[in-house]
Amino acid sequence: MPEIFTYDFMVRAIIGGALVGLLAPALGVFLVLRRLSLIADSLAHVALMGVAIGLLTRTFAPGVALGTTSLAALAIEQLRIRRMLPGDVALAVVLYCALAIAVVIISVASGFNVDLFGYLFGSVLTMSPTDLWLVAGLAVVVVLFVTFFFSELSQTSFDPDLARTSGVRVNLVSMALAVLTGAAITLSMRVVGVLLVGALIVIPVMASLRVATGLRASALLAMAIGVLSSFIGIVIAYYANIAAGGAVVLVAVGFLIVAFGWSWAKAKLRMTRHPEAS
Amino acid sequence: MKKSEKQEQPHGGWPCLEFRNVWYRYGTDLAVQDVTFQVEHGEIAAILGPNGSGKTTLLKLALGLMHPSQGQVLLFGQSAERFRHWGRIGYVPQRVEAAQGDYPATAYEVVSQGTYRGPDPLAFFRSKDRSKILDALETVGLSDLKSRRISTMSVGQRQRVLLARALVRQPDLLVLDEPVAGVDAAAEEQFYDLLRRLNKERSITVLMVTHDIGAVMREATTVACINRTVVYHGSPHAMSQKELSELYGIPMEVLLHDALHEHR
Repeated sequence: MPEIFTYDFMVRAIIGGALVGLLAPALGVFLVLRRLSLIADSLAHVALMGVAIGLLTRTFAPGVALGTTSLAALAIEQLRIRRMLPGDVALAVVLYCALAIAVVIISVASGFNVDLFGYLFGSVLTMSPTDLWLVAGLAVVVVLFVTFFFSELSQTSFDPDLARTSGVRVNLVSMALAVLTGAAITLSMRVVGVLLVGALIVIPVMASLRVATGLRASALLAMAIGVLSSFIGIVIAYYANIAAGGAVVLVAVGFLIVAFGWSWAKAKLRMTRHPEAS
Repeated sequence: MKKSEKQEQPHGGWPCLEFRNVWYRYGTDLAVQDVTFQVEHGEIAAILGPNGSGKTTLLKLALGLMHPSQGQVLLFGQSAERFRHWGRIGYVPQRVEAAQGDYPATAYEVVSQGTYRGPDPLAFFRSKDRSKILDALETVGLSDLKSRRISTMSVGQRQRVLLARALVRQPDLLVLDEPVAGVDAAAEEQFYDLLRRLNKERSITVLMVTHDIGAVMREATTVACINRTVVYHGSPHAMSQKELSELYGIPMEVLLHDALHEHR
């Protein structure tokens, strides 16, 4: 057995990373298709605010973060649904508000410390068994949600009005998606950190959209790319002694570049085979 | 449920859609003012009006996507706000924003969305109603392209995919928003041929929203001319010059060319 698998903490890191790699793109597909990629970033900053509050008050930081992201996700959706603010403005307002509050709290708590650093940049190697169980539980919920409500989610992402006239409860589906995204971000913080968690939600999806045909196929491929990125990234990080979060995201970017190359080559090939079609 | 309801309804004459003294305001702007008319079973009805006349608002009110500030919208005799029998209505939007980007769904997947009848926990693993979906694709002439991504299709093909998505529901009422905007002349003629056939053979009532007077004159059996309020409602051929001028605010005259009808 390779050395890496003999350490409990590495096994936990790899399993946790793979689970996050699975659930982030599973939600990401529907966010990217609805052009809501930025919601991940906004909620990540809300999670950071939650962590700051948790560290300041010495409560369970991921728990506080989970609460604040859920509330923020609901607030963002309500602002959109009631058309009080356009979608992108609502996201920006929430992002900056949360970041400002986080910065203020951190300054009150006399600056950065090791814990906060871990949440910002990820600390997959310090994942506790509790963290792992939380991530595993969430992964089950997300996979069940996406498979149970696949039709509703895909219709809502295609055209909300069309979905409504089919009888889909669009607002409810959107809110559930936003809240789960908040939860996924909170629990993914350990792996890639607040600053990079959005990347894991968006980049595997963008790569799969380049090459897959069909919504189901795209979702499955995005999840596969997410899992592989996490696995390869964490293994590289272990052997090269570099930050795991960064390595995971860079591997995902690698997949994106390969996907771009693939679709470019396919288009070229089609043109040389059927030059009249161009 | 749907079938038995269909059989109970007598053919012709009963209203599929009714606007009763409908008003709609966007804030303080009046978009729709005291609109009353109805679309009866078997008609090919058109809502005609210039840009900004409130016809899209009327369409959204008809589909229950917006609620009137005053008055009532009835779908099959039931308030559009509380209407739940969405299987009776097939909606074809002017375009779907997502389909223009890199939306990955195939034509088949888009049409399969039309078969939605409520939450199905196994929706991801099985595709119900396969033969219905293939039939609908066949009806619009897209069987060959069923596995193509909708985002790689032409405007006309996409429009037909959306029509197939509406048809797979086996609707009583088909609602189309500017159905041939951006489609070339040959494809437009093909599209209207199909609508006429669906109207005649499957007795589907058609309601289309358009600013294309030519299409209304050729295709519609009744027209509601809208400029915030109803300027004219009746057969398009009985429309007077005065009413058309009132609709568009400039002098207009309609010349009917027999050749347009001869080739049918």
